[in-house]
Amino acid sequence: MSSDAITIPALQVQEKPWVDTLHEWVTTVDHKRLGILYISYALVFLVFGGVEALIIRIQLMHSHNDFVSPQVFNRMFTMHGTTMIFFVAMPILFGFANYLVPLMIGARDMAFPRLNAFSFWLSAFSGFLLYFSFLGGSGLYGAGNAPDVGWWSYAPLTARAFSPGHSSDYWTLALLASGFGSIGTAINILATILCLRCPGMKLNRMPLLAWLNLVMAGMVLIAITPLSAAQIMLLIDRYLGGHFFDAQAGGSAVLWMHFFWIFGHPEVYILIIPCFAFMSEVVPVFSRKPIFGYPVMVAATVSLGFVSLSVWAHHMFTVGMNSYANSFFAITSMVVGIPTGIKIFNWIGTMWGGRIQLKTPMLFSIGFLFQFLIAGLTGIMLAAAPFDWQLSLSYFVVAHFHYVIVGGILFALFAAFYYWYPKMTGRMLSERLGKWHFWLFLIGFHMTFDVMHIPGLLGMPRRIYTYEPDRGWDTLNLIVSIGAFIQGVAILVFVWNLISSYFNGANAGNDPWDAWTLEWSTSSPPPPYNFATIPVVASRRPLWDLKHPEDPDSLYE
Amino acid sequence: MFALWSLLLPPQVLAEHSRSPITSIFAPESTPAKSIVNLSVFVLIITGIIFAVVCTLLVYSISKFRANSANADREPAQVYGSNQIEMAWTIIPVLIVVVLFLATARVIHAIQDALEPAGAIEVTAIGHQYWWEFRYPKLGIVTANELHIPVTDRSHPTPTFLQLLSADTDHSFWVPELAGKTDLIPNHLNRMWMDPHRTGIFLGQCAQYCGTQHAKMLLRISVDTPQDFEAWVRGQQQPAVQDPSVTTGRRVFEHTACINCHTVSGTPADGRFGPDLTHLMSRTTIAAGAAENTPENLRLWIQAPGKIKPGSLMPAMKLSDADLDTVVHYMRTLR
Repeated sequence: MSSDAITIPALQVQEKPWVDTLHEWVTTVDHKRLGILYISYALVFLVFGGVEALIIRIQLMHSHNDFVSPQVFNRMFTMHGTTMIFFVAMPILFGFANYLVPLMIGARDMAFPRLNAFSFWLSAFSGFLLYFSFLGGSGLYGAGNAPDVGWWSYAPLTARAFSPGHSSDYWTLALLASGFGSIGTAINILATILCLRCPGMKLNRMPLLAWLNLVMAGMVLIAITPLSAAQIMLLIDRYLGGHFFDAQAGGSAVLWMHFFWIFGHPEVYILIIPCFAFMSEVVPVFSRKPIFGYPVMVAATVSLGFVSLSVWAHHMFTVGMNSYANSFFAITSMVVGIPTGIKIFNWIGTMWGGRIQLKTPMLFSIGFLFQFLIAGLTGIMLAAAPFDWQLSLSYFVVAHFHYVIVGGILFALFAAFYYWYPKMTGRMLSERLGKWHFWLFLIGFHMTFDVMHIPGLLGMPRRIYTYEPDRGWDTLNLIVSIGAFIQGVAILVFVWNLISSYFNGANAGNDPWDAWTLEWSTSSPPPPYNFATIPVVASRRPLWDLKHPEDPDSLYE
Repeated sequence: MFALWSLLLPPQVLAEHSRSPITSIFAPESTPAKSIVNLSVFVLIITGIIFAVVCTLLVYSISKFRANSANADREPAQVYGSNQIEMAWTIIPVLIVVVLFLATARVIHAIQDALEPAGAIEVTAIGHQYWWEFRYPKLGIVTANELHIPVTDRSHPTPTFLQLLSADTDHSFWVPELAGKTDLIPNHLNRMWMDPHRTGIFLGQCAQYCGTQHAKMLLRISVDTPQDFEAWVRGQQQPAVQDPSVTTGRRVFEHTACINCHTVSGTPADGRFGPDLTHLMSRTTIAAGAAENTPENLRLWIQAPGKIKPGSLMPAMKLSDADLDTVVHYMRTLR
């Protein structure tokens, strides 16, 4: 470690007209600013998607409710799913990757700063394009607005016979554009990690966050391309007389399913692997121990990446594949449990024998571990194909994947927010509000998504705008809806914490958590050039070496 | 809260409510559904044990290894990993996966590759936006939304084998107590079977999002005794009743757009876009289960389908009040 923890003196801040500031943000190619732009943009869409979720939950509060029409309900769940996956989860995780990867590998920026800006603005454009469909979706036909075909848009529902007007086109074009944005960012992350590591940072000394984002970026390249191809084929079907998915003319509806899910399943891992990365940084620091089994964690992630490419058709067990195909996808899906199990055990191994500090980031991490365990176990149930014939397309599966996405991904994201917000802003988030946020969200989450499994077991299919009063689903749905509102309140606490702490939060200093990776060696927020001198590292925890020169990690690795 | 309790009840208790609308997947009444439950319970036990073990480890490490004032000022021993432990928690999950897979593959094969016995009832189910068409090719019957099948007894099995097709978008056939769901996909023939062990009404509905009224594409299966089933078959095989007292209604029906979509056998009405009405009155519901089959609901359905099922493809027929009454009367004679 040749560079000491260097404190950059606060830059001379001059009063600038707001137009100049805006201009700087719009034209920026700085990875940190683009990271923050990605994150803020995703938070705005989180509110949109959240409001759509609440509309869905109000409608389902009791049987035969008529809060919204069936048409509006169908648009709501389509937009909710599409928004949360493509315009919240992906950009927010790209935002963190953008911000953290160069800092953690000791680089001054991403490999291709302009491509980075281009990718962000393309993604941002596609989100607004999708939402413009609320205004422009009718086109010249006057038939409905906003897509109502579900977030996976199964053919032939997207054929012009069943989806007149332009609402599906907005969906298609928005996903196509955001897909190119994602591919651009993935190439950027790959190139950055492979080419810009600081001296001494061999691949096996990279922080796990960099490793996991490397795997994620590789998967984006493999998974997004079939989705983009399918969107182009769909446009050909709709406007150029193609028949790829048009079953009436000999096309195949099942072909669309394969295209969609060979994207859709790796997508889940594209979202969860960066969250594993957050866990692998937060859990060690708050347990005061290095990550348990670093090489095994890397191996588990890489193998998870490969296995996840061979499981997509477990979304299609009800489609009528033959028994050999069903068996194949059952076993590959179960195999996913092995590397993910190894990861959970290693996080517990990290905590074992540590000095666990239950600060807000750690609380959210523990929530993640607990909920991700349950999500994994319900995933095993869904992988047992015959069990899936009952569970698939029901509220059980909705509960399962929200357990992954909310209980897993969102909890990990909250941990990341509380952990890295001080680095991004120079201010600590309030611990008091953080604990309110955590407990409210935890209670709301479990009210909603624990209970949601049960109507599925009782035969309630997903995507229905209402149900019959005599089916015994009323009370359960009411509890689910109340939980959703508690989560909404928790999100408001979180947003308030983000805003108020920005102005009034305690000063963070460079290294508020006494952590060990390179981003904590520079000032908070870091200067545009990140490091005054490029650091040189000798182990996986350069700041540990610096703080404990008598017993550095480099002796043991 | 009946719903919650019904999960805990043993299936026999539930079976006593023969018309219970609670459709728990854990109350199976036919062989495929039963073998799914057996597998499910096995999977639940294994996942339950995993949950208990991992959760205990997690809770123990959080409570045991919390920082306190005595130790907060120094760092704990820095442990980097252990190959033996990693091996252990890799190999054990591998073994669990092998066991789970073998159990799963067995049930997949038993259900999917079951051979059709000679006495099986054959039904072609065709999904439409937003209703079900059922054709019994060997018996020459066409009906809609309410499937009649015979109960099976061990000595003389009469399982029902369904061929699944779709006329438009994707649908999924799901009656939780009788079988897992299978999709109906255009241009893609699927198959499923069931052999109900008791008589009664079994509820289900379309499980694959198929458009605006996916929610009200309901499904009911009436499992009849062999005698009742035979009687039902004979009734359905009759041509439509020609009741001279409703000639006016019949003329209105046959001179409006009704006949473009609906069939009444033995009359000019031979449309196939909507449900076959030849024996409409033998069904207990209309609009794919969205409403009881009463004269008032029939009238409302013909006059303003959107009031019962907004977004359904049945158009409002805009008949005069007098015509409406005569058509409803005509419908009421189609037993």
